[in-house]
Amino acid sequence: MDWLLIIVLLPLFAAAAVGFMPGSQRRMIRGITLGTSGLLLLCALIAFCTFKVGSGLQFETKFVWVESLGLHFHLAADGINIGIILMGAIISFAAACCADDITHRVKEFHVLLNLMIGGILGTFASMDLFFFYFFHELALVPTFIMIGVWGRGANRNYATYKITLYLSLGALLALIGLIGVYVQTGAVSFSIPDLIATVQESPIDESSQQWIFPLLMFGFGILVSLWPFHTWAPLGYGAAPTATAMLHAGVLKKFGLYGIIRVAIPMAPVGAQSWLGVLAWLALANLLFCGLVAVRQKDLNLLIGNSSVAHMGFIFLGIASLNVIGLTGAVLVMIAHGLLAALAFGLSGHLYRQTGSLDMRRMGGLLRQMPLAGSALLMVLLAGCGLPGFANFAGEVTIFFGAWAAGLKVVTVIAAWSALVIGGLYMMRAIRNILHGPRGDDWAKASDVSPLIATALGLLLAALLVFGFAPWLLTEGIKGEVTKSVLLPKPSGVAGQIQTTEVAGR
Amino acid sequence: MDGQLQFIQLEVMVVALGLLVLLADLFLSESARRSLGYIAAGSLGLVFLLSFRGGYTDLSEGEAFGGIYRLDGLALFFKRFFLLTAIFVLVFAVDFASRLRSGVSEYLAFILFALSGMMFASSANDFSLLFVAIELITVTFYILVSFQRHRMQSLEAGVKYLILGAVSSAFLVYGIALVFGEAGSLKFDAIRDAHAGLLGSKVFLFGMLFVFAGLAFKISAFPFQVWAPDVYQGAPTPTTTFLAVGSKAAGFVLLIRLFGSVVPELTAQWGGMLMVVAALTILYGNLCALPQRNLKRLLAYSGVANAGYMLMGIVVQSDEGTAAILYYLAGYLFMLVAAFMIINLLTRDGEGEDISCLAGLGKRSPFLALTLTLAVVSLAGIPPLAGFFGKFLLVKAIAVKAFGDAGYFALLAVAVFGVVVSIYYYFGIIRTIYWSKDTTDNSPVAVAWPTRVALGLCVAAILYLGILPNKPINWTNAAAKIETK
Repeated sequence: MDWLLIIVLLPLFAAAAVGFMPGSQRRMIRGITLGTSGLLLLCALIAFCTFKVGSGLQFETKFVWVESLGLHFHLAADGINIGIILMGAIISFAAACCADDITHRVKEFHVLLNLMIGGILGTFASMDLFFFYFFHELALVPTFIMIGVWGRGANRNYATYKITLYLSLGALLALIGLIGVYVQTGAVSFSIPDLIATVQESPIDESSQQWIFPLLMFGFGILVSLWPFHTWAPLGYGAAPTATAMLHAGVLKKFGLYGIIRVAIPMAPVGAQSWLGVLAWLALANLLFCGLVAVRQKDLNLLIGNSSVAHMGFIFLGIASLNVIGLTGAVLVMIAHGLLAALAFGLSGHLYRQTGSLDMRRMGGLLRQMPLAGSALLMVLLAGCGLPGFANFAGEVTIFFGAWAAGLKVVTVIAAWSALVIGGLYMMRAIRNILHGPRGDDWAKASDVSPLIATALGLLLAALLVFGFAPWLLTEGIKGEVTKSVLLPKPSGVAGQIQTTEVAGR
Repeated sequence: MDGQLQFIQLEVMVVALGLLVLLADLFLSESARRSLGYIAAGSLGLVFLLSFRGGYTDLSEGEAFGGIYRLDGLALFFKRFFLLTAIFVLVFAVDFASRLRSGVSEYLAFILFALSGMMFASSANDFSLLFVAIELITVTFYILVSFQRHRMQSLEAGVKYLILGAVSSAFLVYGIALVFGEAGSLKFDAIRDAHAGLLGSKVFLFGMLFVFAGLAFKISAFPFQVWAPDVYQGAPTPTTTFLAVGSKAAGFVLLIRLFGSVVPELTAQWGGMLMVVAALTILYGNLCALPQRNLKRLLAYSGVANAGYMLMGIVVQSDEGTAAILYYLAGYLFMLVAAFMIINLLTRDGEGEDISCLAGLGKRSPFLALTLTLAVVSLAGIPPLAGFFGKFLLVKAIAVKAFGDAGYFALLAVAVFGVVVSIYYYFGIIRTIYWSKDTTDNSPVAVAWPTRVALGLCVAAILYLGILPNKPINWTNAAAKIETK
């Protein structure tokens, strides 16, 4: 079965179906979105379970799109993206569940939501550079509109402009880098496997690589809130509607990281070699700077936003180590952080609905007031500071091993300390402020999560725990693919290869 | 001679149609004249279809009138492009007719005469035909711009266009004279053979520089762009559309032919200068568009910026770059027609062209709101629309040369900066359409059905060029290959 094709087309059809319905049929519209995203999740689960590790590209769909340019519509799954697609499907369903806080222009919102889901899943399922970019933009434009129209807070307009301009700039730089890859390989195809095959034959010449890699690194980096281009993220997520923040912070943002791992490193290994040192220090800045900023936040959403930016530092560090362990850990954290961010924004969305404010100084005692949401939030915050048992821990620890092995010892030590101490500091403070202590005055009438949202959040937590206890479900596949891209051209990757003792595994 | 007239059959039909419109005006009643525009548009549609006839396309790669008129893929592409533009402009003009007060039929006829000038320009293979075609376009536009004689703004725009247009014509004719003096011929074929030896001649270089200046005026490239905002704003909106699309494309077809195929070595020598011109055009257009509140003026500045993007396609001097310009122009046609038509529906003569007139459009007319949004998003270059694919092809053409030449890289950087700036002001338009709260007028907007059809076609074309680019790319690639004898 072409599961990927079904997964990508379902939400797009749902968007069209909702588009042709009268706007007054709100229940019907919600039903369609929930139904298709549920179906989507089912398909993704089946695909994930039937995926055979180590047997190349699977669930392939491929046909020619533009002949003269070598553009193909090419969907396929390998060890890296199958996990991300599953994560995307889980978060899409959860976001659809949490989208009932939208009360005006419901139809338009759901058209955009479905479009965004389709774009996101298409991005990660695409094996053609053009469609990889195309689907990303298809998901990005609805994001801007959703924040602009349905966003919240006084800063909404400013946040919309900021996120639009930053992300457009990042996407454009990445596009130039991608076109550079295509032009410089001399291949007549935008297909990633074809391009990799071409590069294996004849690498891109080194001086071009020195241009291509930074273009991709900073272009993709802006999209993932690499320090110092991160300021759009907390602001944008603070202003975004719940479902949008869940989808963007959870899945769409990972486009940049995925792009670096999938395209930038295999295509420009020499460029990578000379730029990854810079990336490691920027990653450290992410961890330290944004962690410290998070400590001083008084608004829950800004805290989550900043800590999410800080967590990107781990992934960048994993990428910068440029060995199998580090990259495997990076992909693992991508998935774990996606689930975590979606959970966190889903919960903060629920809290926001209760009083219209997320000021932590006015909260307190919510664990008693709303046991379900409260304990979920407790788990989120603990997972955020790297508690073993959650997938985040497995990934972060793997990254540290990878970075240490790569010789980034100073960075690793500082990162481990800052991550532990700073992360623990703001997460514990948040737990004390929000969950314990006397109840905040505004929160007397606050109610617990509805069964639907509870299901959604439960699903996310379950995934986080499953991958926390059994990371080999993901790492087996990831490792195989990552090994290929690291070993592709550079002998120096062999050092990493030797140490591929199964750290992340059992 | 019969054989030669075959080559210009489309142009002859267009001129004849113009004369017929003038004659029909004498016999028709006031109310019947309104439909004259639709009849003219329909007839142009027929001419457009005739351009695909085997008997005509077989003439391709042929020359007539002693080699001054050339019919090739490029010329055919542009002739069809101009015909399509004129069809939309005529439909638009009927909508606009009530605001002209007098001389509606003349207005239509002048559009047709300008069209014939553009079609001749696309085939010009000799400086004499180039100059005559350009003058035919420019002189008719003097009239078209100042057609609303009761409006001060329109007259002012006409005077500005007249003075600056005359200066640019002077540049052009002076440059042609200098080139003739050195090369000894006005024929492009002769200049192509001779120009490599003339690169050291200051007279020849000055001549070509003046010719470039004359054409840069047409496409509103920096530093010859100052007329554009005032004229675009003051002119009747159908004229503005025709000026922004047709006249600009005429400038580009001549630039492509002259600098792409006639004097390629000179273009290579001037690569740096052309890059600087393109970069400054992009920067000037985008930065000046930022603070604009008047929609027509905003589109004028964005038009300057777009001319800069397309100039990049000339700078790279490759078939790929030329094909990218053609693709870009094709998308540009539909975006601008849609945008200007909708602006026209929402405003009255020179009043209320402020961006705030769009407020609440999302509720007043979802169809117009969606169409304008698509046009603007496409202008901003966001997939999956026509504008994105045009920019994608341009960037790809540049990227071939950029790795290894820092100049091209800088040009790309400027273009990226320009695009990000443009997203800011285009986004402002969309913001006003959908979530501005300061609406004063909530009445639905009445749209005549031909306009509705035209807008629907524009939407279809924007989506088609963006989503299914396979066939159009083949067309532009075929048209971009300029065969030389």
